[in-house]
Order: sequence, then structure tokens, then C-alpha cells
Amino acid sequence: MTSTTLAQPRPRAGIATARRRHTLVGWAFVAPFAIVFVVFLIAPLAYAFYLSLFRKALIGGTQFVWFENYLKAFTDEHFLSGVWFVLTFSVVLIPVQMLVSLAIALILDVVTTRFARFSRLMIFLPYAIPVVIGALMWGFLYSKNFGPLGELFGLFGANAPDFLSPQLIFFGLLNVVTWQWAGYYMIILYAALQGIDPSIYEAARIDGANNWQIAVRIKVPMITNSLVLILVFALIGTLQFFNEPMMLKFLAAGTIGPDFTPNMYAYQQAFALANFNYGSAISFALGIVVFICVYIFMLATRKRGGFLG
Amino acid sequence: MTKKSHNTFRRDPTTVNKKLALAAVSAVAITSLLSACSADGGSGGGGGGADTSSCTNTITKTDLPVVSVWGWYPNMDKVIDNFNAGNDEVQACWTNVGQGNDEYDKFQTAISAGTGAPDVIMLEADRISNYVVQNALVDISGYGYDDVKGDFSEGAWKDVSVGDAVFGAPVDGGPMGLIYRSDVFAQYGITTPPTTWDEYMADAQKVKDAGGPLFGDLGANVPAVFMALTIQAGAKPFTYDPATPEDIGIKVNDDASKKVLDYWAELVSKGLVGTQDQFTPEYISGMVGGDYATYVSAAWAPGYLTGAGVGSGDDSGKFSVAPLPQWDTANPVAVNWGGSAFSVTAQSSQPENAAKVAFGLYADDASLKDGWENQIIFPLNKNVLTSDEFVNAQVGFFNGQQANKEVYVPAADAYKGFTYSPFASYYYASFTEALAAINNGEKTGSEAADELQQKLVDYATEQGFTVTE
Repeated sequence: MTSTTLAQPRPRAGIATARRRHTLVGWAFVAPFAIVFVVFLIAPLAYAFYLSLFRKALIGGTQFVWFENYLKAFTDEHFLSGVWFVLTFSVVLIPVQMLVSLAIALILDVVTTRFARFSRLMIFLPYAIPVVIGALMWGFLYSKNFGPLGELFGLFGANAPDFLSPQLIFFGLLNVVTWQWAGYYMIILYAALQGIDPSIYEAARIDGANNWQIAVRIKVPMITNSLVLILVFALIGTLQFFNEPMMLKFLAAGTIGPDFTPNMYAYQQAFALANFNYGSAISFALGIVVFICVYIFMLATRKRGGFLG
Repeated sequence: MTKKSHNTFRRDPTTVNKKLALAAVSAVAITSLLSACSADGGSGGGGGGADTSSCTNTITKTDLPVVSVWGWYPNMDKVIDNFNAGNDEVQACWTNVGQGNDEYDKFQTAISAGTGAPDVIMLEADRISNYVVQNALVDISGYGYDDVKGDFSEGAWKDVSVGDAVFGAPVDGGPMGLIYRSDVFAQYGITTPPTTWDEYMADAQKVKDAGGPLFGDLGANVPAVFMALTIQAGAKPFTYDPATPEDIGIKVNDDASKKVLDYWAELVSKGLVGTQDQFTPEYISGMVGGDYATYVSAAWAPGYLTGAGVGSGDDSGKFSVAPLPQWDTANPVAVNWGGSAFSVTAQSSQPENAAKVAFGLYADDASLKDGWENQIIFPLNKNVLTSDEFVNAQVGFFNGQQANKEVYVPAADAYKGFTYSPFASYYYASFTEALAAINNGEKTGSEAADELQQKLVDYATEQGFTVTE
């Protein structure tokens, strides 16, 4: 044992030096990304977490309170009602959005006329419109006084529904988000469909499959990976819902309160009430909820394989 | 890394060093770029000094000390130029960082960060306590206050003071009145505008029974209006004395507050008033279309409405104004909505110069005249308030009615001032929720008031106050 170690000092040292240099070079190559990653993601996250462990009161100053803010968040009805809203919203929104984008992708995959290409662009277009402008636009479309809904329903002698009212805001937002994102998901699914080897379709046709069977039995199973991908995108995006309700709030403050979604509540706490500590805690608490949801989902879909499996 | 690349590196150490150096250089370049950005961002708000590159206005007297100002009056550019032209001691460097809440959020962030606030900031009177409790404003009673004290009424000073300390130079106020559509009133046979709230409801019912439009609006997003209306009925939402900053009295569910909120809840449940948020395109188009017979609002409203396109074309000359209805005509109470002041921030390194700007802005004749003639402000400066030109002015929006003389000046004179809460943002946000619950029929006015009281007490306690209910 001793003799062998003594016998090999030279080559060892050489390898160690090379390895060290090797590592350094590796780090140097990673550095441009790593610095941006650390400065803009890790550091702010760490700082926010640090902030979330304190409590600052208008009278009495700042105190270190360990995890009390988290305890408060998970018993705070404002936070919990926001979480409940985004969860129910996800449960309704995601299937709708996926069905719409899948249906369009499947149709566009079959139809190859110039009109199909034009439609593809048009369906994708809402995604190219900034969320803020999209939300404002829908705000105007929903308007009772100068939106088209009033006239449309007036034709049948009915009163137009008010999508900014507390009863219907759920569907109002559902529509805006689906409109905005279905095109983007459609493109992902469409690209996946284009990647399937056409000879498989030929084989299916020879076996007597019709278009419908090819779509349901071959195409959909073969793009499962992409479906899972957009599902996770949609889930994370919806749980962090912020832009659309924040914009529509200016048109319907009575309907959309400051605690409408967890992110809006965190924003209110941090920037309107100067309660950065609790705002940070809410953000992290939301992060925990998102993590749990995605993890449950991962477990449920793991067997199928795919990008998370 | 694979074995192969490992060998490549070993064979030519100079390449490695070059690459390493390159990577290191680019890393340094990126970090310095980042720090350059952040350094820029940090000084952007301006902490005074002679850097005038961030000013929206052009400063010609470059050798004078420069004071940075945030403000959003529509004619702010003229106000700043007038001040700078007329002053040889100090110059103002103005930026508009947003109106109302937008500015407050930025100021709040600057306070929390400890840097980035301007020297002088435009604040609405109801926000001042909010910043005083955080020690973010400077008491300017020692910096030339005595020279201008006589220019403003007691109520005007009270609104910008906390106890004996003065935290702002008042500019404009918002004495409230009842704006109404004279065409709607005439059509439904209302010959004299309502003088009491009982008459207001009776008239509203009359218009509704005749198939007319809504009589008014309970906008959940204008809690300040309903705070003013409860105070009119005798409520005293807050008692606060800066001598004992940890003690606060909160009473938003007293009989007067409940009476007012129940009254408006009744108007809503009977379908006599709308539940539309105000300052929205929806509401403005309703005003244009005559959907609302009255608008309970302040003296600056005509300017706002004119700017939004109300009162022109088919609508022109159809608006009039009357004194705000009262609960008890024997003891009328005047109330106020809005109005702003210039305050000096605690982050200012030159409070004396800043106070000169705060007291001097919008105080010269030219600026004031431009402000009131265009109905941008209802001036609180007595030199204007008592001038014949102002008092007897025939207001175009009100079809030539002498609105100042008949309604606004008496209301401003009778106004006694409010005591505001040191957590206005939270109070208004919670009040908005309460009003929304009333509008949705989820709660009666009294229930909403009780819940609001509970929320405010909880919040104040959590913030370290000792609360007296």
C-alpha cells in the first residue's frame, strides 16, 4: 500500500495539476452564463429568502422572526383564497387550452393549403401581442358601453353578459389566457407533429386506418412528450398568474381585489404596503405550492417518460 | 469532459491560457457592465447635486444648486419653468414618475431602499401621515413657513400637518359638490337639486320610476369619496398624534359611518345608483351618455372630465353643480376629496433649498392662473381664492355658472380638515374591498363597516401600534 503510493507521486501530481487546470477552464467557459445566473437569479432569490425571515413594522422596526411569515402566509385567508383561485383556474384552463391547441395543430397538420399557413400565422399572432395590450384590448371588448358584446346580444334582445363582474370574471380571464397562449402551444405541438416520420402514416393507411384513427392512435401518442411539456408550462404560468388580472383591475377594482392571485398579493404587500418581508415570504410560499403541484404532476406522468421523466 | 479534449489541452498549454484569459476578460467585462448599470440606476432618482441630465425641464441658471422634484400636475412643465425663471437662489429639476399610486409605490420603494427619493415630492394630503410615520418627510415649519402661513386657510394647513409639524406646502384642494346633468333633471321634473341626502334618494327614486337613468354611482375604487361622506355625517375614522406615534384611534364602524354605508347600500340594492368603478373608460362613456344623473365629486372634476372628453359636443352645457347634499341642513358640513402638496423628503441632502422649492412651486400668479383657468387645480392660495377674477369666474363646463362663488369657495372656506391614517394604502385597499362587497350585495353597509374596523385594527396591531377603538 505504502510502497505503491510512494512509487507513483509524479504522475499523480501531474494529473492533479492537469485536472485543476481542466476544472478552471471549465469554470471559465461556464462563467459568462454562471455570473448572469448567479447575479440575476440565485442572488435575488437568496436575498428574498433572507428578507422573508424578518418582520418590519411601522412602529418597532425590524425583527428576526424565523419562519413566522410563512406560518402567517399559510394561515392567511387572502393568500389561501388566491392560491385556491389559481388552482381552480388551472384545473379548468389547462384542459381547455390543451384541447384547443391540440385540435388546431392536428387540423393544420393535415391541411396543407395556403389558407392553412395563413391560419397558422393568425392563430399564433395573439402570442406576439404583449400580454398587457392583449388584456387591455379584451377589457375594451368586454365593455358594456362600447364593446361589441352589447350589440351582438342586443340583436337577440338579450342583455350582454358582463365578463368583468364578480360572477363571470373567471370566464373572462379564461378566454383572454386561452386566446393568448393557445397559438403558442399549437406551434409546439405542430412542430412535434411535423417531426413524425410520414412512413408511419403510410403503414397505418395500408392497415386501413382513417384520418381520425391516425390522429388519435398515432399522432397523439407520439407527441405525448410535447403535451407534457406544454402542460408543465401552463401549470407554472397559471399558478403565477399576474399580468392579465393586474391590467383588468384598473377596469374592475371591485371585482379583482389586491389578493386576487398570490403574485398580486405579494406585489401589493411589497410595493404598496412596503412590507417586503411578507411579500418575499408569499413569493416563496407560492414557489412551494408550484413545486408541490409540478412534483405531483411529475410523479403522475413519470411512467410515460418524456422530458421530466 | 472527454479524454480527448483533455489531451488537447495538455498538448498546447498556451491555447488554454489564451482561452482562460479571454474567458476571464469577458467575465470581468460583463460584471463591470452590470455594476455600471446598477450604479446608473441608483443615482437616477437624484439626491440633489448638480447633475441635471435627468431633468425633464431645461435648467438655464446652471451655477445654482439644483433640487429634484417629482410631480404629476398636467401643467407641471409651466409651473417648473415659472419657478426657475423667478428664482435666483435655487433651481428645480423635475421628473414625472407617474400619477398617484404609481408615484407612491416608487417613493415607498425608495424609502425602503434608503436611497433614490427626490428632494421634493408631490403628495396628496391623505398620504402625508403614511410617510411621516416612516420618518420619510421633513418638518418644514422652520424653513420659511411663517412667510406663507397667511396665504392658506387653517383647514388647508391641517391637511398637510401632523400635530404642530408641517410636512407639506399646500397647493390645491378638492372641496366637494354635487355635479348634475341639468338636462336629466329638467326631463324628470327635478326643479331644485337635492339639498339633503333624503331628498337625493327621493329624487333618485323619482327618476327611476319614470324610467330614467341611474342617479349616481358607488365606485368601489374611490374609497376616499366615501371616507369624506362618512366624515360629513360625523364620523372620525382616525385619531393620531405624532407626539405619541405608537398610539392610534380607529373608529370606522361608528353610527355615522354605518348610516352612510347603509344609505349607499340601499341606493345600490334599489337599483338607484350604479356600481361602476370610476376613472374608467366605462364610467366616462356613461357620463358622456347621460347614464348618471349626478356625480358626487370635487372641484377638480370638471378639469378631469373635460380632459376625458365629457361636456363637449352634444353634451356641452348640460352640467351644473350644487352644494353637496347634507344630513342636517341646520349644521352643514363641508368635505374634501383630493388635493395635493409639495413635501420635502428626509433623503434630501439640502432640506433648506428643497423647502424653498416646495413653498415656491405653484405659488406664483402665472402658474396659479394657468392652473385654475384650465380647471387643473382648485387653488388653496387665498390670494387667488379671494380674488374677484376667481370668485366670479363663469365656468364653461357648467354652462357659465359661477361655480366657484356658488359652491366651491364656500365649501373650501367651511372645510375644517381631516385627520388621516398613517397607513393610507392599506386603509384604502381594505375600504375598496368593503365597498365591492356592498356593491355585490354580499354585505350590508353596517357589516362591511364592522369588518373594515376589524381588519384595520388587526393591521395596526400587527404594525406595532397601540390601538384605541
